[in-house]
Amino acid sequence: MSAMIGLLIPLEGFPPGVQSFDSKPLFPELGPSWLWVNNHLVQAIIAAALVIGFWLWMARGQKVVPGKRQFLGALAYNLVRNSIARDILGHDYRKFLPYLLALFSFILVNNLFGEFFLFMFPTFSKIGFVWGLALCSWILYNGAGIYKYGLLTYLRKATLPEGVPVVLWPLIIPLEFLSNFIVRPVTLALRLFANLFAGHLVILVFVLGGTLLLQSGQLGLMAAGGMSLIFSFAIFALELFVGFLQAYIFTVLTAQYVSSAIAEEH
Amino acid sequence: MLPLEPILNGSLNMIGYGLATLGPGLGVAWIFSSVISGTARQPEARGAMLSTAWIGFAVVEALAIIGIALAFVI
Repeated sequence: MSAMIGLLIPLEGFPPGVQSFDSKPLFPELGPSWLWVNNHLVQAIIAAALVIGFWLWMARGQKVVPGKRQFLGALAYNLVRNSIARDILGHDYRKFLPYLLALFSFILVNNLFGEFFLFMFPTFSKIGFVWGLALCSWILYNGAGIYKYGLLTYLRKATLPEGVPVVLWPLIIPLEFLSNFIVRPVTLALRLFANLFAGHLVILVFVLGGTLLLQSGQLGLMAAGGMSLIFSFAIFALELFVGFLQAYIFTVLTAQYVSSAIAEEH
Repeated sequence: MLPLEPILNGSLNMIGYGLATLGPGLGVAWIFSSVISGTARQPEARGAMLSTAWIGFAVVEALAIIGIALAFVI
């Protein structure tokens, strides 16, 4: 039960630092073999269940004249379908749409958990979850390229842009290989992680620092603490925006990488 | 008395990283300002410009991202 109370009050400890992001095992009394069931894993699973449930609910009972529920679902679906998938991937975007939609909604829900009471923690400020997502995208865009062109042709297309003189090949091929197969997934993961990590840390500084100053008992410091807590609302609003933006950017870049992997030569 | 001393501890890496974000910041700003003025000139070319801009954005921001990784690691 103490674990549940720890879940409800995740904001503790000053000064906030890397240790504020440690996971807590939910059932420590079950022994060391159950330590992997921690609060952040459970919150990622809840997010996945929410996303699956949302889209199943939106897809059920479609009508020619949409009601409010179907209208909302179509609005969310069209954002990913039109402004990400169709604009970037061109005419064969339908194959990749389910993955992009799932990716966008999963990241968005997890990022919004950072501002949502009960969780108060963006799942993707733990880097392990982000590596998993980046690995999925990496497998998808390489798999799409290999499926379309075969392994050797895809490797040649990916590492050698057209029209490069032979003299430059020893320079260009390793550079392009590094850029397309290593730097892309790593930056994809670190971008999401670093934004949410830094954002959550700023929230912790404002809220915990404000609370500490309010408890200090000196009038000037208490006024500063109150101001800090009020300004934390602005930071929370900024984090809502950043969470949406990072979900969008992750999805756009995944679509972009798929599109460059399957692009026709001109 | 408030325990203010531990807050003043820190790493110079973070100041270096703060300086290092100037370059990628200017670069990303430049990319999207070009997209905005390009869209103002020719609104129907927005999609084509944006898709190139996203690649450029990813490459430019990679510098900032490698910077934050190194600031924590080194």
